[in-house]
Amino acid sequence: MTMIFGVPTAALFGQLLLGLINGSFYAMLSLGLAVIFGLLNIINFTHGAQYMMGAFASWMLLNYLGIGYWPALILAPLIVGATGIILERLLISRLYNLDHLYGLLLTFGVGLIIQGLFRNQYGVSGLPYGIPSQLTGGQNLGFMFMPNYRGWVVVASLIVCLATWFIIEKTRLGAYLRAATENPTLVQAFGINVPLMITLTYGAGVALAAFAGVLAAPIYSVNPNMGADLIIVVFAVVVIGGMGSILGSIITGFALGLVEGLTKVFYPEASSTVIFVIMVLVLLVKPAGLFGRTA
Amino acid sequence: MKRKTLTAAVAVTALLAGGSAFAQVPVKLGVLNDMSGLYADISGPGSVVAARLAVEDFKPESKGIKVEIVSADHQNKPDVGSTIARKWYDQDGVDVILDVTTSSVALAVSDVTKEKNKIFMISGGGTSDLTGAKCTANNVHWTYDTWALANGTGSAVTKAGGDSWFMLTADYAFGAALDRDTSEAVKKAGGKIVGSVKHPLSTADFSSFLLQAQASKAKVIGMANAGSDTINTIKQAAEFGITQSGQSLAGLLIFSSDVKSLGLQAAQGLKLTEAFYWDQTDATRAFSKRFAAAFGGKMPTSAQAGVYSSVLHYLKAVEALKDKDTTKVMAKMKELPIDDALFGKGSIRVDGRAIHPMYLYEVKKPEESKGEWDMYKVVATIPTEEAFRPLKDGGCPLVK
Repeated sequence: MTMIFGVPTAALFGQLLLGLINGSFYAMLSLGLAVIFGLLNIINFTHGAQYMMGAFASWMLLNYLGIGYWPALILAPLIVGATGIILERLLISRLYNLDHLYGLLLTFGVGLIIQGLFRNQYGVSGLPYGIPSQLTGGQNLGFMFMPNYRGWVVVASLIVCLATWFIIEKTRLGAYLRAATENPTLVQAFGINVPLMITLTYGAGVALAAFAGVLAAPIYSVNPNMGADLIIVVFAVVVIGGMGSILGSIITGFALGLVEGLTKVFYPEASSTVIFVIMVLVLLVKPAGLFGRTA
Repeated sequence: MKRKTLTAAVAVTALLAGGSAFAQVPVKLGVLNDMSGLYADISGPGSVVAARLAVEDFKPESKGIKVEIVSADHQNKPDVGSTIARKWYDQDGVDVILDVTTSSVALAVSDVTKEKNKIFMISGGGTSDLTGAKCTANNVHWTYDTWALANGTGSAVTKAGGDSWFMLTADYAFGAALDRDTSEAVKKAGGKIVGSVKHPLSTADFSSFLLQAQASKAKVIGMANAGSDTINTIKQAAEFGITQSGQSLAGLLIFSSDVKSLGLQAAQGLKLTEAFYWDQTDATRAFSKRFAAAFGGKMPTSAQAGVYSSVLHYLKAVEALKDKDTTKVMAKMKELPIDDALFGKGSIRVDGRAIHPMYLYEVKKPEESKGEWDMYKVVATIPTEEAFRPLKDGGCPLVK
């Protein structure tokens, strides 16, 4: 068998593929964060809790209303996105004139409250949520057994990421959004309802997190802490990619998934820290992140 | 002014009470564990409920003891745990710290307890070092330890034909101890360890580690982890077709809360070693129903049951002595035999290990289960003498 650094190549390919799958979650979550930060200048620390709410929403839809995975993929992001809009209108919108720190504190606090409420109700061990019957089983790729569901995760996340990028960078609506970030007063003077646009953007960012949550529900434990464990890593991804850069967060998300996957082969003990080491190195060389505009 | 009057009033009342009847021995118990993280369902707030039930059952007021219970969240961080322990002992007058899941935190609290000469009764914590190389005269390890788990599950699985193992180990004190003890048990039973991988505590994605385990071609994948780490491992092993391809999973530490969360469909057939399961005897069923009534319908885990029983044993010793002096109480607890409603007959050895029978269970198939909480069937009972590491093998300096 061919070996690379003492690891069979077949095993290495398997690990790279797994890295790509984890990378899709990083990409989707960091994308939502980047959209929100880019347009609202809010560092949304509630994101982890909203990802968790997405997973719980799909569990609730199934167990309380009998609605399965596929409708949940649409419904859960809409529901959680709606709660995000309420949050933005009620609380976050009051902070736009203040320093970043206030937004960070508020969203962090709200995230903790949401997590606490879910923990109180459902405990920490998690709830069972099955893989949809169309996607059970897997393919033998020769070098690894690839569960169908994981393949679907990569595809779904790529579609969502590219669609988001397309809307923001290539459409008229995206042009309004970008213009509104540069100069809200001027854009408003052209008769565009900027506050409404900002609210909807926040809702969309939250919906992205919830979508990732639904995708995660069948493979990860659906528990109130699932977002808290992930969000710190995702923030590191956003920082490495450059705060607010859409394409940067997508590419960095997938790339760091790969790096983490490789670490799990060569030095598993470091797999939870490797991303932060990279973050430190990147910040030393490029303080605005790999794809960030220099402030 | 108001406060002064109040203090005076309290002092007078105390004097009167002290003079008239008998002096009450005030004891303060501190339940310290993971209240919100991945181990919160194993012990967490349920352990506080268990401690309260024990006090309720003991009726301490009628026996000249006044009990107060406090609790705190150590967040699975040794530094947080030892800071709380220090504050409790120094400022808050806590006499006994209970439970302490997460072995790394338990070892830290054990050090503080020794330094302050108080009492530490471990239930949720697992490492067998607490009564081995790191034993102190202040520890009582009540419910289980890594040696007992390895001895139960490790030997049983190896003897049943699973003679090559790949270890999937949580990278901290507990995982290391469980890995070590399991490797010994497997080798003793005639098996061998073909590989291992260490994963960080609280990992979401195990697929990478599972593929490494799969590539090792070992017959058995030993999970030296706990809580949601174990749940995620089992869930993802099914997804990657590991169990279907002939490798089997051995859960070295699985609590009933984990099986509940997995569901019987995913967990069926798993073998596990436990000191306590709610549906064992009339006494355990009665206790568990009371516990469930007080705790949102959830049955107690063995860690929570262990807190209940260790509180009772401690209070018995204090009652016998009418004193809470650490040295005297520790001696008394080791002298009094354990005849416990939940854990059966046993005793506390000189190294602090409480010994009692352990049980090898198998998780039922969904069609065998008669109710929401009907999850295990007994495969074997491991008698008290064989359930725990022999005294001479632990390397505890207290054993002469």
